[in-house]
Amino acid sequence: MTSARLPDGGSLIDRSKPIAFTFDGLEVAAFEGDTVASALLASDVAGGFRSPILGRPRGVFSAGPEEPNAFVEISEPSFEPIVAATMVDVVDGMVVESRPGVGRLRTDEARARRAEHRHAHVELLVVGSGHDGFYEARDAAARGDRVMLVEQHRSIERGAGGDFVAEGVSYLTRATALGLYDDGYATVLERAAGLDRLWHVRAERVILATGAFERSIAFADNDRPGVMLAYASWLYPLEHGVLVGSRTVLFTARANAYGAASNLVAHGGEVPVIADVSGAERDPDLVPDTEVLGGWVVSGTEGDRRLEAVHLEGPGGERRTIECDSLLVSGGWDPNLALWRAIGGGVRFDEGVHAFVPTEGPPWLSVVGAAAGEVWNDTPYWYVPAEDTSRHFVDFQRDQTIADIARAVDGGLRSVEHVKRATYIGTAIDQGRTSGIIAAEVVNARIGQSPGWQGPSNARPPTMPVAYATLAGRFRGDLFDPIRTTPIHPWHVEHGAEFEDVGQWKRPRFFPQAGESMDRAVERECRAVRNAVGAMDASTLGKIDVVGSDAPAFLDRMYTNRMSNLAVGGIRYGLMLGLDGMVLDDGVAMRLAEDRYLVTTTTGGAAVVLDRFEEWLQTEWPDLRVSCTSVTEQWAVVAINGPSARDVVAAVGTDVDLAREAFPFMTFREGEVAGVAARLARVSFSGGLAYELHVAGWHGSLVWGAVMGAGEAFGIEPYGTEAMHVLRAEKGYVIVGQDTDGSVTPADLGMDWIVNPSKGDFIGKRSLRRADLVRPDRKQLVGLLPEDPETVLPEGAQLVLGEAAEVPMALAGHVTSSYRSPALGRSFALAMLEGGHGMHGRTVYSPLRERTVACTVTSPVPYDPEGSRRDG
Amino acid sequence: MLLVPCPWCGPREEIEFRYGGQAGIAYPADPEALSDEEWADFLFMRDNPKGPFAERWYHVHGCRRWFDAVRDTTTYRFLRSSPPGQGAPS
Repeated sequence: MTSARLPDGGSLIDRSKPIAFTFDGLEVAAFEGDTVASALLASDVAGGFRSPILGRPRGVFSAGPEEPNAFVEISEPSFEPIVAATMVDVVDGMVVESRPGVGRLRTDEARARRAEHRHAHVELLVVGSGHDGFYEARDAAARGDRVMLVEQHRSIERGAGGDFVAEGVSYLTRATALGLYDDGYATVLERAAGLDRLWHVRAERVILATGAFERSIAFADNDRPGVMLAYASWLYPLEHGVLVGSRTVLFTARANAYGAASNLVAHGGEVPVIADVSGAERDPDLVPDTEVLGGWVVSGTEGDRRLEAVHLEGPGGERRTIECDSLLVSGGWDPNLALWRAIGGGVRFDEGVHAFVPTEGPPWLSVVGAAAGEVWNDTPYWYVPAEDTSRHFVDFQRDQTIADIARAVDGGLRSVEHVKRATYIGTAIDQGRTSGIIAAEVVNARIGQSPGWQGPSNARPPTMPVAYATLAGRFRGDLFDPIRTTPIHPWHVEHGAEFEDVGQWKRPRFFPQAGESMDRAVERECRAVRNAVGAMDASTLGKIDVVGSDAPAFLDRMYTNRMSNLAVGGIRYGLMLGLDGMVLDDGVAMRLAEDRYLVTTTTGGAAVVLDRFEEWLQTEWPDLRVSCTSVTEQWAVVAINGPSARDVVAAVGTDVDLAREAFPFMTFREGEVAGVAARLARVSFSGGLAYELHVAGWHGSLVWGAVMGAGEAFGIEPYGTEAMHVLRAEKGYVIVGQDTDGSVTPADLGMDWIVNPSKGDFIGKRSLRRADLVRPDRKQLVGLLPEDPETVLPEGAQLVLGEAAEVPMALAGHVTSSYRSPALGRSFALAMLEGGHGMHGRTVYSPLRERTVACTVTSPVPYDPEGSRRDG
Repeated sequence: MLLVPCPWCGPREEIEFRYGGQAGIAYPADPEALSDEEWADFLFMRDNPKGPFAERWYHVHGCRRWFDAVRDTTTYRFLRSSPPGQGAPS
């Protein structure tokens, strides 16, 4: 026998409820309330782990979150890639496997733990339910504060050891504070039954009662299964009724640890020897049958797959070997200050307790109890000096030894932060809880500094491994990001549209007929628009209602051209610049009344433009009487495009006079269409005859249906964004954000015509005179015709001036839009080309991976440059 | 994550806000009168102090109003906030 279940005891287990799980295929008995670690110890299989790099046998080392050895993957009842065996409660039928320090990903969604997020606002958040944390929580609740108490173990009894329940305190057990952030914001992971809850807590005050971690000691072969932190030997009998060893040696630097020895003896264990490196006087009655060797250290261990003996060395070089199956280690206690330090709390080395204790931190944060430095260490001790330190393990999870640290220091590194990055000490998922302090003191000694000259490296949130599935919570699949659809969307779905995402909008990209490729479908849709008629759902266009007596003056300042002299009933295209003179968005303004405009934006630019309007109105021109409202979703828009567009609108039925002269281009009319109130606008994004029908959102579906029905006789086809792109590019109409990239001015696009310098100031105007913006060799918008009319250049392809230029070659431009045009019967592209406006007729080259494509530079309006098709 | 003091709504989570850069930089009365250098100074140059800094915030996912605030860039702590232009923080 080595480690075993005791006949009685164990405050957390229920001996009337035996359960079982498998560990590496072996069936292991347990009781409800066992952790995986306690159950493995009870069955004496706790040594079944391996170190991740060297493959050395390892065993359970602790009883808490600092565990550096015993990591498991759980595959039943739900999947967890890697978690410390000390922190997982066994459930019946659980399937666990040892994982040597590195988790694996599984893609079978079904077994991922369910996860949700919750929010809490409290006056006080207490992390840790020991005595100090509990009393703080109880007192605050008594004052009427909302209090949340977070405890990482299953029960709040571990620290307090009694009936610790107080009115008005919300308890979260099996919950770990993952991180603290500014202004009392904390994230807490609660591992509820079958469900992970990620809490977002905003607290007025936060108290850390996070306790202390027992310090390990580095010596030769200190990683053998059977070596364990001393406190764990005291906790396992108390909580799980498990004795960690039958014959145990204690290696300690502090008198308090003697209690661990007497506790083992009380539970029937044997403790032949205590090696007490402090050499201080002890009360002999505490451990009457144990030999205390003052000033002795453990110089090594023996054992095949588990501990069989320890070698001891006395102050005068004396040596002894003691047979044993467990070795308890206690170098002292170190305040647990990971959360404190990560949010900027300071620490100093306290010469009295030989440990780092907190100093100043954020005003809303305080530390109490052991975490605040209430620890008692007799001797500053971290490792056993030796000539060969190549098996003095410091970071078990990274298999790094004192010799590895020495190599890094001798290579010139002095800061623990640098040593951390050279050795990876402290970077594993235990975040160096058992290694950080030792590593720091090894470095300090190696560079000739005194203990505490520098402390352990900083640990960053999260303090425990968290699955991405938990961070995602329910924000996955359809809930990952809001999906916006138009009122006409169901029709598109019904008619087999392929969709594309435009911002959060789903827009039909094309409507393939049976067996049709995208290219074929787009070509068919383009032909319909050029030769007959097509209809597009344009409801996603951003729409802003701009109203107020100063609306005309305001829009004059926001757009490069004049909007104040637009007649009521008129429509004008407008370009909006950033203060830096670069094109920001475009759209049209319809003047609905003297004091009212409807402004459209690009689909993706709606929120940006509205925010921009608000910014200028609120912060610079609060005197202007203007109010802006987003009406994007209030209006459905059906665009009807093509030579038969007028006939289709007439067939749908309207009281508006559609005659060419009565209803000219760039005007709108209010009236009825298909029996509902509508605004008809003669705008075109294809260059051909076109109408937009703006109707209330709830009429969108009805009007679309009427248009498709009435259009049948004229050969109407629905078309998507892809055909729209081809049609507009044939006319050289740019898409802001595709042909522009935030470094393009109106002049670069050849759109000087829309910049009105005589109307007074507008946003971006002054920048257009800056020296860099008037350089003649800026990239300018051109058309490109590939020499081979079947070649469609990839968008984003680079352009160079020479055919056989050597690498590296000077880049002269890039392709922004590229399609096959059914109307032109060939491929074409739009591009931004250095000095492009003066290069029409020249040949440029696009060096692709397989070949170089020669292209002729042209005007960016390859189709119907005279605009002869606009009025049908 | 900061707790941002909106002067209209009270303290709210940082994710509800958009940062607006340095406060108190007025749009020039007559941009055309400025030299390229003066215009570039207005356009691009901002202070980056260690300590209290007057900056603009926009409660974009809340009341949708802009305001000015003074924040200490070393502690991230907000010292005060006020509607734009009202006793502009210095």
